[in-house]
Amino acid sequence: MMTTRILEWLGRLYIWLLLAFLYLPIIIMALMSFNVSPFYQLPFEWTTEWYASLWQNDQLILATWNSIEIAVITTIICVVLGSAASLALYRHEFRGKKFLQALLFPPIAIPWLITGTAMLIFFFGVGIGRGLFAILLGHVALALPYVIVVVSARLQTFAPELEEAARSLGANQWQVTNRVTLPWIMPGVIAGGLFAFAVSFDQFVVSYFLATPGQTTLPVEIYAAIRKGFTPEINAVSTIIIVVSMALMLLTARFFKFGGEK
Amino acid sequence: MAAQGAIASRGGLRSALPLLAPAYLWLTVAIFLPLSAMVFFSFMTELPLSGKPWAFTLGNYAAFFSQGLYLTLLLASLRLGLEVTLWCILIGYPAAYVLAKVLKGRSREAIFLLVILPFWSNGLVRIFSWAMVLREGGILDTALNAVLPFKINIDLMYSYPAVIIGLVHSYVPYMVLTCYLTLQAIDDSLIEAGRSLGASRLQVLKRVIIPLSMPGLVAGAALIFVPVVGSFMEPRILGGRTGTFYGTVIEDQFVAVFNWPLGAALSFILLAVVLVILALAAPVLRRAA
Repeated sequence: MMTTRILEWLGRLYIWLLLAFLYLPIIIMALMSFNVSPFYQLPFEWTTEWYASLWQNDQLILATWNSIEIAVITTIICVVLGSAASLALYRHEFRGKKFLQALLFPPIAIPWLITGTAMLIFFFGVGIGRGLFAILLGHVALALPYVIVVVSARLQTFAPELEEAARSLGANQWQVTNRVTLPWIMPGVIAGGLFAFAVSFDQFVVSYFLATPGQTTLPVEIYAAIRKGFTPEINAVSTIIIVVSMALMLLTARFFKFGGEK
Repeated sequence: MAAQGAIASRGGLRSALPLLAPAYLWLTVAIFLPLSAMVFFSFMTELPLSGKPWAFTLGNYAAFFSQGLYLTLLLASLRLGLEVTLWCILIGYPAAYVLAKVLKGRSREAIFLLVILPFWSNGLVRIFSWAMVLREGGILDTALNAVLPFKINIDLMYSYPAVIIGLVHSYVPYMVLTCYLTLQAIDDSLIEAGRSLGASRLQVLKRVIIPLSMPGLVAGAALIFVPVVGSFMEPRILGGRTGTFYGTVIEDQFVAVFNWPLGAALSFILLAVVLVILALAAPVLRRAA
């Protein structure tokens, strides 16, 4: 009994050490973005100077808007196309369905370095070229499988008898989908949408290969700045990004659990 | 039951097509055609778009096998992948065990979420945050010198260990997640049965817990190994001059040297390696499902 308690106590301690490992660098970065010294010297003196100078940095602001725009459009497209595909996969039995479902995994499993360079070659070859449109094409393709997987998981909890009941009560196909099926899968659709937003907003590798100097996203801009050297401004913008993306995932977790329980 | 089957099979592919086509068309244009194009380009001397004359060649693949450099770098990347995966198992598995079997109720949910959360935040920014911790005169250096009575110099920045630390930090939540899912599914009574039949804790761990959680370990290992072998941003930022790996060489072909056909060939070789690894992991995963 005694050893069990000691082991459990050690286990708890271990988890806290792991959390420290995971969060300390992030916390330090956030703190340093409020530090006066641009070379991260201690002692710590509070300032919001670096956040203020972010507003003067037109390049970063433009890249931020691009990132937000692309993430929003990616989310909308992925939610519409992904929900439609999930419904089709759920409702219909046909030969090759397993194959279509298996096709969702290459975009998730193949390293982004490979997908990104392949997109660069292909888009260049067919005349789409690089730039924001190419980045959007790529982001949707990367996020779509996640949306389909999440919405399909939610559909697994749906009782097909409900659709049949609505139909026998005189509803047409559109009404059945709109009034019965969609409300049920909504938590899954929202979770999928948040997922898509996060995948796009945080995406670096694929954007990096498809960006051009004027048409770029925030992570690509940050990477360029890091390679030029450290700047406290990058600290500040990084802190904002990490707060936004963690908040997004917390939201997703809420909705996704919602999707699992009911 | 018969009615339900009828609903499910209503229409078949033809009626499913209008809803399916847009999504799969998009995936074809942005994923599957590009991957095919990459294979095609890898056999060319020049890109056919630049107006320069081009011809089919095996030269790009010959370059990989004849110049020891590429093979050496691929091996270095595979080794990096292996080391990072091992560290993730060593660090992540015990954490997953504590989460699944020691913690209970709300605290388990909250801590689980805390462990997974960083994984879903921006990877580039997290790697950057390590740069601040690891460099000379950085936080780790300052903190250790403040605590320790003697002077030490910590300058891990731009070194192999820095790359390992950054990558483990990036990927360890994956291992915790997959192992947690399989560990949680193990019935506690199996563990108790083993114990009451006289097995030591270590024997229960070796004979019951680890074999039953193998699918989670393999899934986590595959999910970590594959992207680490293809990583280029992490070695660039944390490795500096020592951070030349297979991924960074591919990056160079596309953004610095502009030898796209060679880059395509190198990418395709990496893809082949990745597919072999996934194929090796597949049987274990299928047995679990």
